[in-house]
Amino acid sequence: MTHTFSSAAAPATGRAGVPAVGLRGLTKRFGAVTAVDGLDLAIEPGEIVAFLGPNGAGKTSTIDMVLGLSRPDAGTVEVYGTSPRSAVAHGLVSAVMQTGGLLKELTVRETVELTAALFAHTRPVDEVLQRAGISALAGRRVGKCSGGEQQRLRFAIALLPEPELLILDEPTTGMDVEGRRDFWSAIRADAERGRTVLFATHYLEEADAYADRVVLISRGRIVADGTPAEIRALSAGRRLSATWDGVTAAEAAAVRALPGVEDVELRGDTVLVHAADSDAVARHLLTATPARDLQITSRGLEDAFIALTGDPR
Amino acid sequence: MTTAVTTNAERRVPPLGGFSLTFLRLEIRRLLRNRRTVIFTLIIPPVFFWAFGTGHTTENAGRGNVTAYVMISLAVYGAMIATTAGGASVAIERAVGWSRQLRLTPLNPAAYVIIKVLTAMVLGALSVAIVFAVGALGGSQMPGWVWVVSGLVAWVGALVFAAFGLFMGYLLPSENVMQILGPVLALLAFFGGLFVPLQLLGHGFQEIAKFTPAYGVGVLARAPLTGDPVNVGAIVNVVVWTAIFAAGAVWRFRRDTARV
Repeated sequence: MTHTFSSAAAPATGRAGVPAVGLRGLTKRFGAVTAVDGLDLAIEPGEIVAFLGPNGAGKTSTIDMVLGLSRPDAGTVEVYGTSPRSAVAHGLVSAVMQTGGLLKELTVRETVELTAALFAHTRPVDEVLQRAGISALAGRRVGKCSGGEQQRLRFAIALLPEPELLILDEPTTGMDVEGRRDFWSAIRADAERGRTVLFATHYLEEADAYADRVVLISRGRIVADGTPAEIRALSAGRRLSATWDGVTAAEAAAVRALPGVEDVELRGDTVLVHAADSDAVARHLLTATPARDLQITSRGLEDAFIALTGDPR
Repeated sequence: MTTAVTTNAERRVPPLGGFSLTFLRLEIRRLLRNRRTVIFTLIIPPVFFWAFGTGHTTENAGRGNVTAYVMISLAVYGAMIATTAGGASVAIERAVGWSRQLRLTPLNPAAYVIIKVLTAMVLGALSVAIVFAVGALGGSQMPGWVWVVSGLVAWVGALVFAAFGLFMGYLLPSENVMQILGPVLALLAFFGGLFVPLQLLGHGFQEIAKFTPAYGVGVLARAPLTGDPVNVGAIVNVVVWTAIFAAGAVWRFRRDTARV
């Protein structure tokens, strides 16, 4: 039985240039629906990445393929340079899934013990219970635990192999505010050990508060990828559009040079400007250029999310 | 990476695909914690024996008495319920999503199935042992070697139903799988002559009964007592039904692991 795994390429942790997760042209279809549409992504060791997107964006389908729970219809997935199944078998990656089932009749401790028995090498049971903040619940039947407590049990299980990469799929869905805060403080304390974390969420605040990098996904495609600050910049400020007959690239560059201007885009005779200070840009456009039909729209975080994902929430 | 994270050299794949005695022990404990399973596999068969077998201590049945005959039949019945329940527990684990959780561990699917079969067989052995123990108290009489051989045949023959349970477990993703299978097993036990000797039923019934899956193991388990010669038809029955159910289980299992 072991040969199935050992024949796979050896995982390449710590080898320079090998990403924790490497996706190339990843595609998954369910009938006529393309859930994941040619995704390319590399996550470097040590990054804390939020996979942000509305429900149905393809987050869970992508995570399933990263964990070897389903197979891509096209493209490749590599986890530390090896196949997802081999990475799981070596304890390199583990996950807290949205709905991974637990056995109601076992106690919290028995559930962790049973899972630990399946690995070659794990952290001590008491240690992972303590790190997940559920030592006090060890003797309780799983069926009697709240949703948040069960989620922390899944977290404890995920810590057993001391994975290099921890994947969390909408880990706080259905938790109350306090449960959510406790859960994230446990994750954050843990991430300080240098673990790579990939979490899917549709809560903007979670991505903002806990990630080094946000990958915004919509309809199976990446629509934005950057630090939370960069993503916020995409959404903060205002968007100006004006008709400017015969605008030249040099004239556009002059607008770009104005204070507070983040981006200038030309679409034929229409100029689009993203700026923190819309008044200065408006004054410039209306007084120093032939631009007309000026429109100014404000873009909040929510608006940006809708604009980027094309999906009202 | 910081030093807290396990180094690559320590990362091994577990031997035997994740099979371990700890896992087996916990699986057996889980099964015994299910009250419904305990009642149907460990309590009802000896109760049936006490109700229907103890009144025939003076009647002769080959090398022993009719009480022993009833005891062996009900041991086969207990073992078949036990092994079916053990195999069918995969349905419950699939229904609640535990099998998905297990896919996030190194556990090899083949090791998982072996654990399920072994768990089922341990429960089957317990059921046979309890019926035989109650049988001894209830006046069963037969030579010592017949106790041993009949008990072993009743137990090993229950592999048919471990395969049946696995097949159904992969076919029916339901938490209530045993509520569906319970009546089916009772019917199969009836056709297999485990409740009423087939000789007491009509000829046509007997001809049909020979092709049902509990028939073979029943005949073979009682043969040491009745003194009947080795029944080739009964051996073929056990082998063919085991092969059919095992093939069904493998077919569903393959689809299951491909789809997840």
